[in-house]
Amino acid sequence: MSKITDQLRKRILVLDGAMGTMLQQYSFSEEDFRGERFKDYPSPLQGNNDLLSLTQPEAIAAIHAKYFEAGADIVETNTFSGTTIAMADYDMEDLVYELNYESAKIARDVADKFTKENPEKPRFVAGSIGPTNKTASLSPDVNRPEYRAITFNELRVAYKQQVEALIDGGVDMLLVETIFDTLNAKAALFAIEEVKEERHIDIPIMVSGTITDASGRTLSGQTVEAFLTSISHIPLLSVGFNCALGAQQLKPYLQRLSNETEFFTSAHPNAGLPNAFGEYDETPEQMQSYIEDYLKDNLINIIGGCCGTSPEHIKAIAEVAQKYEPRKLVVGV
Amino acid sequence: MSASSNYQQPPKNQKYLTLSGLEPLVVTPDSNFINVGERTNVTGSRKFLRLIKEEKYDEALEVARDQVDGGAQILDVNMDEGMLDGVYAMTTFLNLIASEPDISRIPIMIDSSKWEIIEAGLQVAQGKCVVNSISLKEGEAQFKHHAKLIKRYGAAVVVMAFDEDGQADNYQRRIEICKRSYHILVNELKFPAQDIIFDPNIFPVATGMDEHRRNALDFFEATKWIRENLPYANVSGGVSNVSFSFRGNNVVREAMHSAFLYHAIKNGMNLGIVNPTMLEVYDEIDKDLLERVEDVLFDRRDDATERLLDFADSVKGQKKEQDNKVQEWRNDPLQDRITHALVKGIDAFIIEDVEEARLASTKPIEVIEGHLMIGMNVVGDLFGSGKMFLPQVVKSARVMKKAVAYLQPFIEAEKDGKQEFAGKILMATVKGDVHDIGKNIVSVVLGCNNYEIIDLGVMVPPEKIIETAIKEKVDIIGLSGLITPSLDEMVYVSKSLEKEKIDIPLIIGGATTSRAHSAVKIAPHYNNTVVHINDASRAVTVVGNLLQNDSKIYKNQIREEYDAFREQFLKRTKKKDYLTLAEARKNKFKINWNTSEIVKPAQLGIQIIEDFDITKLEEFIDWSPFFRSWDLHGKYPAILTDNVVGEQATDLFADAQVLLKRIFDEKLLKAKAIFGLFEANTVNDDDIEITIEECHLERSREVSNSTSAKEGLDCARPDKYNFLTLRQQSKKSEGKPNIALADFIAPKASNIQDYMGCFCVSTGFGTAELAAQFEAEHDDYNSIMIKALADRLAEAFAEYLHKEVRTKHWGYAKNEDLSNDELIKENYKGIRPAPGYPACPDHLEKTSIWNILKVEENIGVKLTESLAMWPAASVSGYYFGNPEAKYFGLGKIKEDQIEDYSQRRKISNEEATKWLSPNIAD
Repeated sequence: MSKITDQLRKRILVLDGAMGTMLQQYSFSEEDFRGERFKDYPSPLQGNNDLLSLTQPEAIAAIHAKYFEAGADIVETNTFSGTTIAMADYDMEDLVYELNYESAKIARDVADKFTKENPEKPRFVAGSIGPTNKTASLSPDVNRPEYRAITFNELRVAYKQQVEALIDGGVDMLLVETIFDTLNAKAALFAIEEVKEERHIDIPIMVSGTITDASGRTLSGQTVEAFLTSISHIPLLSVGFNCALGAQQLKPYLQRLSNETEFFTSAHPNAGLPNAFGEYDETPEQMQSYIEDYLKDNLINIIGGCCGTSPEHIKAIAEVAQKYEPRKLVVGV
Repeated sequence: MSASSNYQQPPKNQKYLTLSGLEPLVVTPDSNFINVGERTNVTGSRKFLRLIKEEKYDEALEVARDQVDGGAQILDVNMDEGMLDGVYAMTTFLNLIASEPDISRIPIMIDSSKWEIIEAGLQVAQGKCVVNSISLKEGEAQFKHHAKLIKRYGAAVVVMAFDEDGQADNYQRRIEICKRSYHILVNELKFPAQDIIFDPNIFPVATGMDEHRRNALDFFEATKWIRENLPYANVSGGVSNVSFSFRGNNVVREAMHSAFLYHAIKNGMNLGIVNPTMLEVYDEIDKDLLERVEDVLFDRRDDATERLLDFADSVKGQKKEQDNKVQEWRNDPLQDRITHALVKGIDAFIIEDVEEARLASTKPIEVIEGHLMIGMNVVGDLFGSGKMFLPQVVKSARVMKKAVAYLQPFIEAEKDGKQEFAGKILMATVKGDVHDIGKNIVSVVLGCNNYEIIDLGVMVPPEKIIETAIKEKVDIIGLSGLITPSLDEMVYVSKSLEKEKIDIPLIIGGATTSRAHSAVKIAPHYNNTVVHINDASRAVTVVGNLLQNDSKIYKNQIREEYDAFREQFLKRTKKKDYLTLAEARKNKFKINWNTSEIVKPAQLGIQIIEDFDITKLEEFIDWSPFFRSWDLHGKYPAILTDNVVGEQATDLFADAQVLLKRIFDEKLLKAKAIFGLFEANTVNDDDIEITIEECHLERSREVSNSTSAKEGLDCARPDKYNFLTLRQQSKKSEGKPNIALADFIAPKASNIQDYMGCFCVSTGFGTAELAAQFEAEHDDYNSIMIKALADRLAEAFAEYLHKEVRTKHWGYAKNEDLSNDELIKENYKGIRPAPGYPACPDHLEKTSIWNILKVEENIGVKLTESLAMWPAASVSGYYFGNPEAKYFGLGKIKEDQIEDYSQRRKISNEEATKWLSPNIAD
């Protein structure tokens, strides 16, 4: 039994909050994004948050540390867009291995530091694997519904590279997250299985889908149960939802997921829905109370935050998570 | 919120075959037989093969849709044909299915004997599929290799009873092969047992050959053995094989299928391929025929085959009646027909059905209160639960209106009959505003739900709202508006209502309104309830809650919610730092005027375009906002294939195309434009002084063949004019400027001559008349549609004219070559900001444009007292040509700028405050 499973049986683990929201506070300029190394890089680089692991590693480490201080057990690596597919926007496909490897190392070092200070509360690093910016089961061109901007194989190859680099960089687990299109996620899971087989290793996998709106479906149209059915062929550490909705709106879907799955469950919702001005303004206290409702109903094993959440939110969540027992698994024969 | 789902929750210690398309399919012991649709199979359907060969994928999709409509729970797709590129056909067809939510909701069975076709299918399906099939035919190594990959792709698998020695054709071989396959899959590969589906081979019976006599019986027995001895495994088969020797005799075949299926299911077959149109109901099989069929299936008599053949000869040629599916609903009972017509928006038979209902009722009013309301309640429920979308509801309303209009004379003749409404609702677009698409949609939706609507139209002054509310004793007042000054007007209306001690709930809607504005600015001034409604679907619930017998609780709840929201909002308003106007001016957007590229317009002065050929605008239309006006959210064209609203969006788009074609063919709308290009320089930081030197005015009559005639016009206007711009004042991060539009024009002090332009276009002439005509025909759908289209055409005209100006009249971008998409994304050089929008929220600037261009005199577009344009489908704005000019949002400004501005504008501080209030920092 892996260390993380051990912990999950004992208590609810806390995942970190938003990386992007925290980075905004730094107001990094184009020059900051470039740093010395990419001073003369031909493409504009502002907005390439993953790149900051190379050019502003102290900031990334500081954010990880803030979340650990707030009480997080797991931080996500700064690699949401770390595939050749997403990096093509910045002509940085060749840097994908290095970006993932370095991001993993930064998070690893911070986590190890915290674990050393308090071995009673071991800290973990989850390698973040985002959805990429293309969808394998939706056509971007309405006049050609049969057309796809990306194929399963292209995704599989790209994800494999990211997975290898994250594992080399020392992550404890992989987190396939913000899944809009289940087919993309299936390609990621396929790639992970290939790496596991080739390297004769096992590594825990977390899967987190995104219910895009009150229709209760993923962007690619699946219901909660169809989504779960489509990704449960691989042994997973956990399955859950993140992004798009706030904790309150997410609850009914989480309830359904929790009823159906034999895996641990996770959630990292946004800080509410964006307000009339496009900002997230759910306070840590509000979010805490919504999440307490999850805990009262015993829905959750891993809980954290997505867009708009800060260390204050995570602190509030960690406080309340301590008070409750984790959801129990009902394992099939 | 529907917390319940159709998903049967398996007890955790059980393992069931679970598949998925967009929705899950769980095969439990309680599930009925799972039917696999088989017509999308090139080996089984000549028609489907022809469609795929000829690449008629649209029609091929219809075959799939028919299968789903006919009750198929899994869709079998097979592209195995020598002349086909199977990988291409499988990929293309499954990709197309993925774009059809009503088909892709069920799981796919990828059916092929070629591994590369199976793998191609697995790579394009997001759900959990079934692979049909693998077997030990080519040996264990390949079997294992394929099974491992299928597991990794996340699919279930059909395993044929086939091994190195051939197909299993008796009981013993069947169970041996299945047992061996199961052992390899489950014990060696850890393949989930519930994901295995055995196909123990269904072979023909009654062939006349002795070795075939036990074919059905062996299948039944093998099935029973598998279900009892191989835990969690499933059994499937292709049923039509069994009747192979009776091809051409459907009566016998259907009976055989039905009887075979009946017994196979009893023995444990839980899914299979059956053509539902080739299936008799077991209980309805002729008793004599059934006996003969079952004798064959169970090998009960030596002469069983002969006896069945005899029967077959006696019924040969009997043709089964083919029901015409389209007209089938016409045979339903009256109420079902009326409900069907309302739900589907079909008006072809409604008069005839309503007449029948009238004759059957004692009073004509009963038809409305009974038949029609029952139907509309179904519509309301479907809409409320998200199963119908707005355009469909508006179509339903069209049918309803037609029916009511037909009944009206009869009701009036009766005198004593009066329709009982659920409530009376006053609807108005507030004074100064002319936009009514959203208001009309809400009116229609409420009308559908049996509310009486008193629609006061557009530009309604507060006095009229008050007067009507009192006189008509309305239950709710609805206010709507689109332009920002309407926000203030609504505040004013609410204060006026309060002053008159009117105690009626207020509902607020429209594009610029928000819950924040309603809670912070309106609710505090009004004693009764104020509710903001952001889309039409919410209107019914809100109105229902407000008018329920005991609405106090709801009203208090809304009040508390809004109070809390307001408090939180006022608290959250972050302390923003602002610069003084002087500081902001110092930090203006800097352009190096010595190197900046300034092009003198090819022709200075004013030009008018009349009788413009409106068909030229089609390619410039940005459709996304059109869908938004119908509460369908998403980007065009992706919205047409959206999983939730795609079907509705496609229907709506088709209807829009029909009306658009009419507009073009019958020249229903008139388009006119005026624009001017002038010498310009910035003065005093924020003003742009333009010079109308020779006062050159040209009038061009563009006709469809684009010959143009020009006539000169006199001019009597001052030759200098100032546009006033506003400057951003919030404190920016290092290096970011505080922009005003004036920064994009060279300052006078630079001694460099610069230029700018302004314009007004309208495609709204004729809209009001057409809308009225549609309304007279009880066709709200097209009445709303024509307005929505006119709005799109006006935007398209502005886009078109801007392009003409850039490439010809001004000519600073002669070589530009941009697609419509790029235009929508504003990839062009230079900008055309419009007064009332983020870069220049000052609506008063429209009066300057009207004075300079003499817009009303020249093309007839008017300004209302709130400075909305009439006709509504009009766009006005400026042209800036500098390559560095860009769109921006003004944001909040401070009192010092208001004061400065009021002096420049020569109006009082109060008046300036009133016009700019949405942009003044608290």
